[in-house]
Amino acid sequence: MKQIYTSFHEVVKDVTDGSTLMVGGFGLVGIPENLILALRDSGVKHLTVISNNCGVDDWGLGLLLQNKQIDKMIGSYVGENKEFEHQVLSGELEVELVPQGTLAERIRAGGAGIPAFYTPAGVGTPIAEGIEVRTFNNKEYLLQTALKADYSLVRAAVGDTQGNLIYNKTAQNFNPIIAAAGNVTIAEVERLVEPGDLHPAQIHTPGIYVQRLIDGKQEKRIEKLTLTQLA
Amino acid sequence: MIKQKQFDKTLIRERIAKRAEQEIVSGSYVNLGIGMPTMVANYIQTGKEVVLQSENGLLGIGRFPYEQEVDPDLINAGKETVTAITGASYFSSAESFAMIRGGHIDLAILGGMEVSEKGDLANWMIPGKMIKGMGGAMDLVHGAKKIVVIMDHVNKQGEAKILKSCTLPLTGKNVVNRIITDRAVIDVEDKGLVLVEVAEGFSIEEIMESTEAALHVSESIQIGTY
Repeated sequence: MKQIYTSFHEVVKDVTDGSTLMVGGFGLVGIPENLILALRDSGVKHLTVISNNCGVDDWGLGLLLQNKQIDKMIGSYVGENKEFEHQVLSGELEVELVPQGTLAERIRAGGAGIPAFYTPAGVGTPIAEGIEVRTFNNKEYLLQTALKADYSLVRAAVGDTQGNLIYNKTAQNFNPIIAAAGNVTIAEVERLVEPGDLHPAQIHTPGIYVQRLIDGKQEKRIEKLTLTQLA
Repeated sequence: MIKQKQFDKTLIRERIAKRAEQEIVSGSYVNLGIGMPTMVANYIQTGKEVVLQSENGLLGIGRFPYEQEVDPDLINAGKETVTAITGASYFSSAESFAMIRGGHIDLAILGGMEVSEKGDLANWMIPGKMIKGMGGAMDLVHGAKKIVVIMDHVNKQGEAKILKSCTLPLTGKNVVNRIITDRAVIDVEDKGLVLVEVAEGFSIEEIMESTEAALHVSESIQIGTY
């Protein structure tokens, strides 16, 4: 029922220039590492990328930036990346900054068939410019529209061949909502199992949202290692 | 000289963080912003039951891990490796901001660049400098039941950061409930800003002079509390 791939190059081969992609992850946690590497190698260009962050200079979505494959980035925090700054200042890269909760809800709405919603985040700030304001119960709210993607790229800890996914700890983050908002959703899983191996009550992303699966070994780079020292 | 300055800076941050800890009521759900607010967790008094929320999808942040406990899939919103407490839960970003926006978080402690006398907060962008993004701050200021901003009382040039109106682009309008600085605790009320506490080594006059906005002095003002 689902397409199971063994080649990362094959699974992203039909992503064409000018596509809109959603990519799961928060910082470098929960990013589909191998799918991003395959996109870098494919050389696909003029991408619009929707993701909370944009990787670091030499990992994650930073790799696509380095290769100048991204024309527009929609995210909430892009401060970990020098190349990003350089491309914005030179006019090569367009950026739309969205409050993190608004970004999450716009993606959720996209997958849930809700075209727009009102949220208080950003009222009276620069991001409210040109946006409809409406008052409910004496409080102002901004109208925000849903986001959809041609391709959604997510990473899960385990997936079964029916497309059911389970994420590990804070690697969940944007992944489940992004999985639901893509026309084609590609899930990179650390472990691919048979139907029945996952407990149905513990599935985070029901298989209906996932079209393609591939398993891959994760490097899982740590951005900021912070430790409690043994006394 | 430089070393001395850094030492002072650490002490000042510690002073602010320790005072901010007193805002945390036992039994509450709290979100601590990135940077100095995260330090507040180091001073939570034993016996206080607090559940810390991290907007990347964790309710129940624990201490930093020992080396052998590190899990690359477990971080806080500052992208630092952490642990989770017993009884913690993980969830998606949409769920995380539903709990924030929905008014379920009792307290958020955030950093600030400027606060106005109406409780406007600016803490995400300096025009002309690279814009890094607002992250979850714009959602948090409207969601948590109480917003406490912690920051230095004046900037590096010695200029006031508590102003009649903010000069920097806002994070939120009329959102701050309390400001805690290295010099004073100030509440945002309908009538304006009210000075409620003065830190050790400062006088009411000195606080007034280093604050651009007008300050009402509380009838129950306390001097030298921290």
